[in-house]
Amino acid sequence: MSVELDVFVGNTTIMDEEVYQLWLDGHTVNDAVKVRMEGGVMDECEASKDVLLSDTMDQYRTFQMCERLLHSPAKLANQLLFQIPPHRQIMLIERCSRDALIQLTHLFQRSHNSLFLYLFVKPPPLCYVSSHGNLFFVSLSLFRYYAFDDTFVREVLGKKLSKGTKKDLDDISAKTNVTLKSCRRQFDNFKRVFKVVEELKGPLVENIRQHFLLSDKLARDYAAIVFFANNRFETGKRKLQYLSFQDFAFCAGQLISNWTVGAVDNMVEDMDVDLDKEFLQELKELKILITDKDLLDQHKSLVCTALRGKTKVFIEMENNFKNLSRGLINIAAKLTNTKDVRDFFIDLVEKFIEPCRSDRWTAADMKLYLTHYTNSAHILDTFKHQVVWDRYMGVVKSCIFKMYHD
Amino acid sequence: MPGKLKAKIVAGRHLPVMDRASDLTDAFVEVKFGNTTFKTDVCPKSLNPQWNSEWFKFEVDDEDLQDEPLQITVLDHDTYSANDAIGKVYIDIDPLLYSEAASVISGWFPIYDTIHGIRGEINVIVKVELFNDLNRFRQSSCGVKFFCTTCIPQCYRATLVHGFVEELVVNEDPEYQWIDRIRTPRASNEARQRLISLMSGELQRKIGLKVLEMGGNAVVGYLQCFDLEGESGLVVRAIGTACTLDKLSSGSAPNTNTHMHPNTAPASNACNSPSKDGKEPVFVEDLPSSSGPPTPFRALPTSSSPPPFSPSKPCSRQSSSSDTDLSLTPKTEEPHSVRCRPGIFLCPSSPILSTDTLSLPGSGSVGCGRGSNPRATTSAPLSSIQSDSALLRKSVSFTEDLLLAASGMGSGGSAGKEAGPLRTLLRQQTQTALEQRGASSSGLLLNAREFPFFTLTSFPPGFLLHVGGVVSARSVKLLDRIHNPDEPETRDAWWEEIRQEIKSHARALGCHAVVGYSESTSICEEVCILSASGTAAILNPRYMREGCLDIGCTDHRFEEPSPPNCGFCHIPYDELNMPFPAQLTYCYHCRRQKVPDVLFTTIDLPSEAAVAGKGCLIQARLCRLKKKAQGEANATAISNLLPFMEYELHTQLMNKLKLRSMNALFGLHIQISVGENMLLGLASATGVYLTALPAPGGIQIAGKTPGDLSSEHISSIQKRINDTIAVNKELYQINPPELAEEGVGSPIPEPRHRSRLFRSHSESSDELSELDLSHGKKDAFVLEIDDTDAVEDIHSLLIDAPPPTGFYSCNTENMPGISNWTSGVQMFTSVRVLRLSNANLTNQGLNKIFTDLCENLLKSFYFKLRSMIPCCLCHLNFTVAVPEEELIQVTVTAVAMTYDKEQTQEKTAEKPVNKGSLEAEEQLQFPLELCADSSSSNIQTASKISDTVSLFTPAAKLCQNQLLIVRSAGVGESTNISPRAASVDYGSFADRCSTWLELLRLKAHTIRRGSVKTSRRTQSLAHSVSSLERCSPLQEGRSRSLRSSRSFGGSSVTVVKMTPLSFLSGTRIIKYLGIINMFFIRETTSLREEGGVSGFLHSFIAEVFAMVRAHVAALGGNAVVSYSMKECVFMENPNKNQAQCLINVSGDAVICISETDQESSASTANTGQTGGGGTDGAT
Repeated sequence: MSVELDVFVGNTTIMDEEVYQLWLDGHTVNDAVKVRMEGGVMDECEASKDVLLSDTMDQYRTFQMCERLLHSPAKLANQLLFQIPPHRQIMLIERCSRDALIQLTHLFQRSHNSLFLYLFVKPPPLCYVSSHGNLFFVSLSLFRYYAFDDTFVREVLGKKLSKGTKKDLDDISAKTNVTLKSCRRQFDNFKRVFKVVEELKGPLVENIRQHFLLSDKLARDYAAIVFFANNRFETGKRKLQYLSFQDFAFCAGQLISNWTVGAVDNMVEDMDVDLDKEFLQELKELKILITDKDLLDQHKSLVCTALRGKTKVFIEMENNFKNLSRGLINIAAKLTNTKDVRDFFIDLVEKFIEPCRSDRWTAADMKLYLTHYTNSAHILDTFKHQVVWDRYMGVVKSCIFKMYHD
Repeated sequence: MPGKLKAKIVAGRHLPVMDRASDLTDAFVEVKFGNTTFKTDVCPKSLNPQWNSEWFKFEVDDEDLQDEPLQITVLDHDTYSANDAIGKVYIDIDPLLYSEAASVISGWFPIYDTIHGIRGEINVIVKVELFNDLNRFRQSSCGVKFFCTTCIPQCYRATLVHGFVEELVVNEDPEYQWIDRIRTPRASNEARQRLISLMSGELQRKIGLKVLEMGGNAVVGYLQCFDLEGESGLVVRAIGTACTLDKLSSGSAPNTNTHMHPNTAPASNACNSPSKDGKEPVFVEDLPSSSGPPTPFRALPTSSSPPPFSPSKPCSRQSSSSDTDLSLTPKTEEPHSVRCRPGIFLCPSSPILSTDTLSLPGSGSVGCGRGSNPRATTSAPLSSIQSDSALLRKSVSFTEDLLLAASGMGSGGSAGKEAGPLRTLLRQQTQTALEQRGASSSGLLLNAREFPFFTLTSFPPGFLLHVGGVVSARSVKLLDRIHNPDEPETRDAWWEEIRQEIKSHARALGCHAVVGYSESTSICEEVCILSASGTAAILNPRYMREGCLDIGCTDHRFEEPSPPNCGFCHIPYDELNMPFPAQLTYCYHCRRQKVPDVLFTTIDLPSEAAVAGKGCLIQARLCRLKKKAQGEANATAISNLLPFMEYELHTQLMNKLKLRSMNALFGLHIQISVGENMLLGLASATGVYLTALPAPGGIQIAGKTPGDLSSEHISSIQKRINDTIAVNKELYQINPPELAEEGVGSPIPEPRHRSRLFRSHSESSDELSELDLSHGKKDAFVLEIDDTDAVEDIHSLLIDAPPPTGFYSCNTENMPGISNWTSGVQMFTSVRVLRLSNANLTNQGLNKIFTDLCENLLKSFYFKLRSMIPCCLCHLNFTVAVPEEELIQVTVTAVAMTYDKEQTQEKTAEKPVNKGSLEAEEQLQFPLELCADSSSSNIQTASKISDTVSLFTPAAKLCQNQLLIVRSAGVGESTNISPRAASVDYGSFADRCSTWLELLRLKAHTIRRGSVKTSRRTQSLAHSVSSLERCSPLQEGRSRSLRSSRSFGGSSVTVVKMTPLSFLSGTRIIKYLGIINMFFIRETTSLREEGGVSGFLHSFIAEVFAMVRAHVAALGGNAVVSYSMKECVFMENPNKNQAQCLINVSGDAVICISETDQESSASTANTGQTGGGGTDGAT
């Protein structure tokens, strides 16, 4: 005999945090049951394996039903299908650790600019969200749903979010050790966010945050992913392998807030997703710094004077100055080409970071050098493009700082 | 008399994409009532359309208002082809028809499609203007209130309880009409939903008419059921208790300490207001607001109508006639009356024999057959008629009935004994009634008199004098097509029969009333088992009218004031002339009157009953295989099996009761379901130790013949049983007050006697059943191991695992031994279907499977609800069905409620504080009441809520881990969001937001109140709310990117609690908004894609809950009490990737408020209403 049908539906939706995570991680029901058994949940209520299996399947179904709503959080707030009444929260509140709560509250408060009631309970591991029923549930489950693995995202970063890429997910899954199910969810999340914000005006991060009810950090990460996907930055080359997703996310943040149209005018369509074309044009003007011999020498002497005696690698800096300067300025001058925009990061590594690294510059050396390199240009009398220079070097400088590690 | 129904379609949201090309929808709405249809404009290219329609007005008869639902259909406009339906909403406008209930229905309703489920939501406002109808001959019964609750509703008092009302309507099932072959499944489903909605409306109206005729104004304990008879049609039937209810003014403080009986004060006088029609109340309860001592009964002038039911000679069983009756009855007659009596039923359409069943002489199924023939002779005419009619009959059905009677050992044999006096009475009554009222209208009133039945399960203290025991009757019928839907005589007659049977059983127990009465059916193909059961009882004669008083005069026992906490246990029958063999002892409480050793009832534990320890759920489960058969042969086979099943179930119950060291069962419900090749029996009850009753004896094991099984084996089993009993005593804290055996009354029977008692039931039945012949004769031992079966039985006895620590369970309204509920409530429904793969199953194997199924379900619940510990599963209602051969379906609906483990409340200082905050939170749950007229708030509040709203956390010190959130309703932080952000999306948001703000305000208020004394460091966060205006297209266009986020914050989906109980812990019901009675069909042709059968049913049940909640919220309510899932019929065809499910749910929509914060809410409600221009500042 076999159980043909087995459902449990409460007027109040019961969600188990642990199972939710297992579901998100793409575990099968049987795997999840195994994990839970090892976790000792069985002892809690004299449960048997059958009970656990039935409960896990039930939870999985609930999550699947939620998933539709999680895809369009706009529906979540006033959805009628699930109910989490407030009384339960109180009950749960009384049991949760204060520290965990405060931590969580900070995390979410900052991100939402508004307040939700976050409850975090352990044990038993249940999690509910809301100031008012649904919200709590919404936020925390959303937060989890839209969370992603850095290793996974590193693989797809800068790739076109298309069907073609989706087909490669099984390879990525094998490579990153993230289950295929989880990979698909994450990839679909990227795509969904991309599709929605593509059509929206206004600041990218803000849009993502508000539209998907995500935390600030997560919204920024998504913005980075969207931005990379849109500009198709090359991140897969071997030379870039040492960079983590967080490195790129930081750089993306810099680019978004300084080089996009939105950095100047915040009411333009696609403002944060595309680079400011005018600015890229203006970057050509910087070429004067390397084409004009006098200017180049003057720049070099200014930098060298400032650096002398302050670093162990001064000789290397002096010798390499012209090469490094040419490298940076050439990158700037070429950015009008889409192809070269894509290679932005690889160029930075090849033209600047690698030479420095082979000369064994420390991070402090790098910081010192770039600071003086940027500042000295202001003193050059004949150099008129101070604004563009600052806008360019500001970003490049912080990107290189972030990227200059092993 | 016409009424005017007005409906307005405001907006839609989350609509599905109907046009693939644009990913949008061109939606419009059709509003239909009766034969009138209105349409809104098409709202092009939007998934969140704003129709904002005019008021559609329907001028209709109030008869139609009661019968018809308002149908709202959302469609997608298509220029070239037919418009596609997105889905429908049926709104039952009945709640708007009585003055005290809802005044408007307004809110978001899920748009439901029988194929796709919920597809978006629609905002609708409905109002009714009703003119008073004084027409005597009207067909409508507007104004009669209906309650599913089986006690007197909390904010009412019963001035009169008139009695039993019943009605049924039949129709053809659209699913089985010829047209079904050509129409789509969707059309068919919708036809069915509509028809059933219509039929329930009609049924309710007809019952209402009966109530009006009786002079009542309400129906309590309204129980409506569907019989899906397949080819032969669709029956909707209902029973209830007609009452005259008075609304308690909200000012009068109700009894707060008991949830169950707000009207606990004893009745002081029986006020009877005989109406000119001679409508007589059956009994009268008067509740003075001051609970003074009862004043003596005051005889009132009444009309000369006969007593409401024939109570005049219940004591006549002591008379010689009765004795004679008994002695005349040959011994052999006994089995005849117990066993399935082949009753004869002739189809009324038969041209020759269109006689009423009742009038068939000696029709065995009726306890009080006509004429004065002694019982013994009845068999002769019976058989002769049978043979006679064999020639003419169109169909013959076999009636089986069996009494599972009182104190667990009644036997059906007693039924016949009362026949004489009863018969006379009945006739007398009928005659008087006829004389008085004329034949035409007698039917109505007769019913109430004829059946002194009450569907109520709990009564005010003192109401119930004595309880006799459970009476039940079953009858197997062969279904036949209903030929004339307007004259459902067949079905009426069937039930009439059963009720007569019940009545005669009650009489046999010396009782004049049946309480906790219910009826049910089980249908398989063309066989139908009708069942009815209740508890025979004697009600307080003080509540009775003059005519009834002779009960008291003739029986000395009624003169004595019986002690409240044991009186109901005292036997109502005469001990010298017991209807069945029973062991009586003197009451362990008062030592004055006799009590049985066990008591079985279908009612709830009376609140005043003295109980030791806690109660627990006791279930008896049984499967019986049956040969597949057709028609009569099948009916006969089933009839033959039934008595054995009842007997077995009873034995199991008895054993399990003893095993738990308890002596009484409450809320007993026995369900027998029929399938093609098996019968399933499930008996559930709540066991309890009544201190008035003697302590139960143990269970003893014995081998029949030494050598069969080693004595060691037996003694090991004996030891296990004894251990279990000891463990259970501990578990349920059964420590009855040690009564010294002072020699008062009879001592506790010796083991010898005890076991005899225990077996006594079998003695009455062993003449007819060979089954237990072996140990039935043996007095000395309780359980005898004579073969492997018996071993199995004992093992299964021990298999019931006790609930894990922290859990208790019961199937009644109140859990014996627990009363300090906290506010945690989780209602749930669980369905499990088991497929039996093994074709060669034995009865034992099946029993094991079935028992495991039930036990595993319970285990699952405990696990799922572990976060609620300590908690109790209340009102566990199991329903079994055999949907197909080899399938067993169990459906459970119950509620888990948390309670305070500390029996004494003031244990620690922080306890009350926590409680306070808890209740403050609770306050959140009656938001809609505040916006009583939400239609106006829709427009006005938007401008009203420009004030600041704030909310505080109670001092961190108090609730160490508690953080309260303050959120400015999502209306953009006006501080950091640029002006464009302050704009608002669609208008409905204003509505939601207002509710939300009221909530906040309310909550702020409460918390402030609560924290005055206690809080020191109050973190307060205040956010100003920018003034909201109704959407202007200009703003809408600009704020596209932010719109969605705007609506997040405004989320104020009302939290609607549901419970199968009549109360919600920690709250008081302040208003009943009307009955919820909804019927849904869901069908799919893509079962796999929807997650298989489990996925399909899971989402369907969740959708049903959502729709119930939405309807309640639209009525302005925040809870459903007495919720039940009446029907859950699931059918699948995995090969075709198809499944279909029907669900019928019902309950009472209510507004409830936290018990402790009543005044505060009243004041906040006021400020809420006036718009409260003031700012709720920080404390």
